[in-house]
Amino acid sequence: MSLQSKLESGKFVITCEVGPLKGTDIHEVEENAELLKGKVDAANVTDQQSSVMRLGSLVTSHILVQKGLEPIYQLVCRDRNRIALQSDLLSAWVLGIKNVLSITGDLPQLGDHPEARAVYDLDSVTLLQAIGKLNEGYDMNGNELTGKPSFFPGAVVKVESDTEASTELQIAKLEKKVAAGARFIQTQAVYDAGSFARFMKRVEKFKVPILAGVIPLKSAGMARYMNKGVAGVFVPEDLIQKMTDAQDKAATGIQICADLIKQLKPLCQGVHIMAIGWEKRVPEIIQASGL
Amino acid sequence: MILSEQKPFEEILGYLDGENSVFILGCNGCAQSSGSGGPVQVEEMKKKLEEAGKKVTGTKVIDFLCEKALVKSGLRGRVDQVAAADSVLVMTCGIGIQAVAAALNKVIHPACNTVNLGGSRGEWRGSERCQECGQCLLDYTGGICPITACTKSLVSGACGGASNGKCELSPDRDCGWELIYNRLKAKGQLDKLLVDLNALDHNKLMPRPEMMSTSRYALEQSDKEVKA
Repeated sequence: MSLQSKLESGKFVITCEVGPLKGTDIHEVEENAELLKGKVDAANVTDQQSSVMRLGSLVTSHILVQKGLEPIYQLVCRDRNRIALQSDLLSAWVLGIKNVLSITGDLPQLGDHPEARAVYDLDSVTLLQAIGKLNEGYDMNGNELTGKPSFFPGAVVKVESDTEASTELQIAKLEKKVAAGARFIQTQAVYDAGSFARFMKRVEKFKVPILAGVIPLKSAGMARYMNKGVAGVFVPEDLIQKMTDAQDKAATGIQICADLIKQLKPLCQGVHIMAIGWEKRVPEIIQASGL
Repeated sequence: MILSEQKPFEEILGYLDGENSVFILGCNGCAQSSGSGGPVQVEEMKKKLEEAGKKVTGTKVIDFLCEKALVKSGLRGRVDQVAAADSVLVMTCGIGIQAVAAALNKVIHPACNTVNLGGSRGEWRGSERCQECGQCLLDYTGGICPITACTKSLVSGACGGASNGKCELSPDRDCGWELIYNRLKAKGQLDKLLVDLNALDHNKLMPRPEMMSTSRYALEQSDKEVKA
């Protein structure tokens, strides 16, 4: 059953991330695909994550298709103009890729090629509009396609913000994303079920499935790093203390993540596990959370 | 010199939809030289708006709208006329429009697009910037330009990168969209956040061919060489 059918039939879904490496070695991607197949409903393939140049998300998504793991092809607007984005989308469909996640993308200055020219010809909303047009059989300028895709488009949202402006801007943009055709939403990492519940109250009117993002903690240092350096991630002090006190950091991080998933499950339509290098432990997290 | 040209009248009327009265501001600087917002064009705009059924509470042409202090002093004595209007229509370049939006506690509407001169910039003291995009969006963003205030020039709203109101680029740079949110809120225009804007037309962002090959592009008018 596809991600789309599962979400449309109201089943709780599990997605995770597969990050292409820098270089041509695809062994790890293939290994992770084997390991995650059957355990998750789909896996996001990140696109030059954090503006660090890597193997492409299009080819890696195709590898997942071949391995039998449904990909969610991430597409950022930073590196390609509207001609390349639309063309890559057509290529993706031909390669058997159905789910697409529309993302604006970090600035090049955050990555390993800070001198690069940022494109942002489209943004996460106008890219969704373009995907909608492709699904109708036209490019974004209304020219007819010979053979059309039928993508299942998704988008992202930041649940927690540190200013009123940012909170409201995220919700307004989510409304635009849904209006532009987003059929599922994955969130930035959540650590507080209470604030996630408040967020869900505000966005339930958009009637779009929301997959709560979670990142297992590997150490207290990682939590502090994210609090300082990753927008929209707020790890509460008591969890950081738990990690500091833990003998077995990995087991504690996985337990915290599993407990969180249990709390989030009744509030939303799925969970998106961003393991960041711990892809092989995703099955363990799923088992511990009782999914 | 910054070159601006009037938006199509229908577009301007669209901005004024739901409003009854308007105050018109023109500029004796570049907008007058451009033929887009000097005294003649302000008078013409007043007539056309009145014919379209709008009440024009007053007009004023100021030199120069890019200087907020001049905007404020220029409107002394017109405060009642401005207050009586639902909004202010600003007939000048993107910098002047943004300066007026920042200086006045009123809803503003842009009447002009600013045309790319291929690199030449005027000098002004304010923080407002104009990319000469030829498709002025200031009506939708509270008079703060999303192309210059947002590092990514996003037209659809904020990305997820801001922390504490600052851009992911640097803690020294405000998130342009948070500035826009706060301005829209102050002007009672938060509904504008949900307006879908088209992806930017980069063809209009380029200098036009004639700009690259005429004396308007080559602003250096003198052929006298300075001997050092």
